[in-house]
Amino acid sequence: MTTTEPAPTRSRTAPDERPAIRVRGLVKRYGGRAVVDGIDLDVRRGEVFALLGPNGAGKTTTVEILAGVRRRDAGEVRVLGADPAGGDRAWRDRVGVVGQTTGAGNALTVRETVDHFAHYHVTPQRSEELIAAVGLTEAAGRRVDRLSGGQRRRLEVALGVQGRPDLLFLDEPTTGLDPVARRQFWALVESLQAAGTTVLLTTHYLDEAAHLADRVGVITDGRLVEVAPPAELGGALRREATVHWTEDGAPREVRTLTPAALLRDLLAAVPHGELPDLTVTRPGLEDVYLRLVGIPEEAVR
Amino acid sequence: MTGTVLTRPAPSAWARIAWARVGLELRLFVREPQQVVFSFAYPVLMMVVFGSVFGGNEVSPGVPFSQYFVAGIAATGIMLTSFQAVGTGIAEERDRGDLERLQVLGTPLVAYFGGKAGQVLVSTVAQLAVLLAVASLAYDVPLPDDPARWLTFTWVALGGALAGTVLGIAVSSVVGSARAAGAGIPAFAVVLQFFSGVFFVYTELPAWMQQVAAIFPLKWMTQGMRSVFLPEQAAAAEVAGAWEHGRTALVLAAWVIIGVVVCARTFRWRRGA
Repeated sequence: MTTTEPAPTRSRTAPDERPAIRVRGLVKRYGGRAVVDGIDLDVRRGEVFALLGPNGAGKTTTVEILAGVRRRDAGEVRVLGADPAGGDRAWRDRVGVVGQTTGAGNALTVRETVDHFAHYHVTPQRSEELIAAVGLTEAAGRRVDRLSGGQRRRLEVALGVQGRPDLLFLDEPTTGLDPVARRQFWALVESLQAAGTTVLLTTHYLDEAAHLADRVGVITDGRLVEVAPPAELGGALRREATVHWTEDGAPREVRTLTPAALLRDLLAAVPHGELPDLTVTRPGLEDVYLRLVGIPEEAVR
Repeated sequence: MTGTVLTRPAPSAWARIAWARVGLELRLFVREPQQVVFSFAYPVLMMVVFGSVFGGNEVSPGVPFSQYFVAGIAATGIMLTSFQAVGTGIAEERDRGDLERLQVLGTPLVAYFGGKAGQVLVSTVAQLAVLLAVASLAYDVPLPDDPARWLTFTWVALGGALAGTVLGIAVSSVVGSARAAGAGIPAFAVVLQFFSGVFFVYTELPAWMQQVAAIFPLKWMTQGMRSVFLPEQAAAAEVAGAWEHGRTALVLAAWVIIGVVVCARTFRWRRGA
C-alpha cells in the first residue's frame, strides 16, 4: 500500500515535474463492447485539460476510472502517483469530484450540507467562504430541493472543491446551465486554476473547451483521436480551406491547402467575368471537431 | 506516495464522520414526514385496530389479547424502523447517487453503517415510547415494574434493532433498485409479521409457519417481548414451555454477525458495476 512507503526526501524531483494523471492503454468493456478502447493520456500538474467528445464516446467512463469509482479492464493508470483502483482515504482527500448530487438528500439547507461534509475532509475550506466563492451566500439557508438548477450545480461544485483538492474532476459541469450561470462557472474554474489546482473536465461544448482548457483531448468511440491546445486542434485540417463557387449553375466545392493557387487558376479561366457565389472558408473549431469525431459536416447542416 | 501527501494531516477519524452522520440521518429522518408518520403511526394504528377488535379476548387465562399484542407490535416496530426503513432508504440513496458521492469522498463504510445504526436506535427508542404510552394509557396494558424485565426489554430491543439495521443494509445490496426495494422489503416484512406471531398467537400457527419464522429474528424478538409484558406463568404457553432467553440472545447475535459479514462483502456504493 502506498501509505506504508517511507517519506521521500526533499531533494528528490520536484512534484510538479510528474504528471498529475498518467494513463497508458486504458480499456473498459461492457458486455464485450469496448467503451474505452486503449486511451493514453498525460495531464500535467496545474493544467486544465478538457476531454471533448460526443455522448457515448467514453468520457464519463474514463473520468470514473480515474476518480477510482469504476474498475478498468486493462491498462496502467496513475493519478497523483497512485492507482485509483486502490485509492485510500488520504488519496481521495486530494482528489475532488463534482458529482450530479449533493450526497446528503434534498431536505438539508445549503449551509447544513456544506457544514456536514466539512467533517469528511482533512483541510476543509471554511463554510462561509466556500459558499460565498460559489455565489450561494443569499441561498445559504435554502433547502437543496428549493434551489434552481444553476444553484444546485454551484453547490455540487462547492462540495467538489471543499477539501482543497490537488486534482478536480468535472464531468459535464455546465450541462443544463443557462449562459450566465455557465460564465460564472467558467470564472470559478479559472480561479481554481490560478490557485494551482489541476482540472480534468469533460464537455461536449466546444466553446467551453476552447475557453477553459490549456489542452483539449478529442475522444470518440473510446479512443483519444487528438490532443492539442484549443488553437492548434486539428492541425492540417485547420489549414485546409474550402473554396466554393457556382459554375454552369451547379455548386462546386474544393478543399485545398493552397487556396490562393486554386483561386488564380479559377480567376484566370474567367478573365473578364465573375465567379458566382465565390467563398473561401477556413474551418472553425467546430468543423475541425466534427471531422475529428468522424461526423460528416453535411449530416449536421 | 508523493511529498505533497505528507503535508496533509491524516484523514478524519471514522468515529467523527459516524457521529456527524448520526446527526445527519436524524435530521433527514425528521424532515421526511412520511417516514416519521409511518414509523410512529403504524405500530400505534395497529395497536388501536387490533386492540379495539380483539382487546377483550383472552389468549390464555389472565392474558388479554392487547397485552399479548403489545409485545408483538413492539417487536414489529423495531423491525420497521431498522430493517425496513434502512433497507428501502439505502436503495433510494443508491439510486439518487448519494452513495456514489460518499464513495468519492472516501467515506469509511463503518462510518456510514454507524450513522444508520445511530439513527435507528434513536428513532426506535422514540417509537417504543409512544407505543408503550398508548398501550398503557388507552388499553390498560400493565407495564412491568421489575427492573429485570426492563433489562430484558433493553437487550431484546437493542439486539433486534442492530440485527434489523445490518440486515436492512445487507438486503439493500441484494434487491437492486429503489422501486424493487420499496415493493419487496415491506411485503417481506408483512409476511414475516404473520408468520412470527405478531397478529396471531404463535402457538396456534401451523408448524411449518412456526419453523419458517424461527429462522428469522422477528419471532425471537416477539417472544423476548412477551417475556417482558406477559405474566410469568404465560411462559408455559410458549412452544418450548419457556421464554428461552439464551436462545433468543444467540439468534439475534448470530443474525448481527451474519448481517455484518454480508454487508462488508456485498455493499455497493453504486448501481451496477
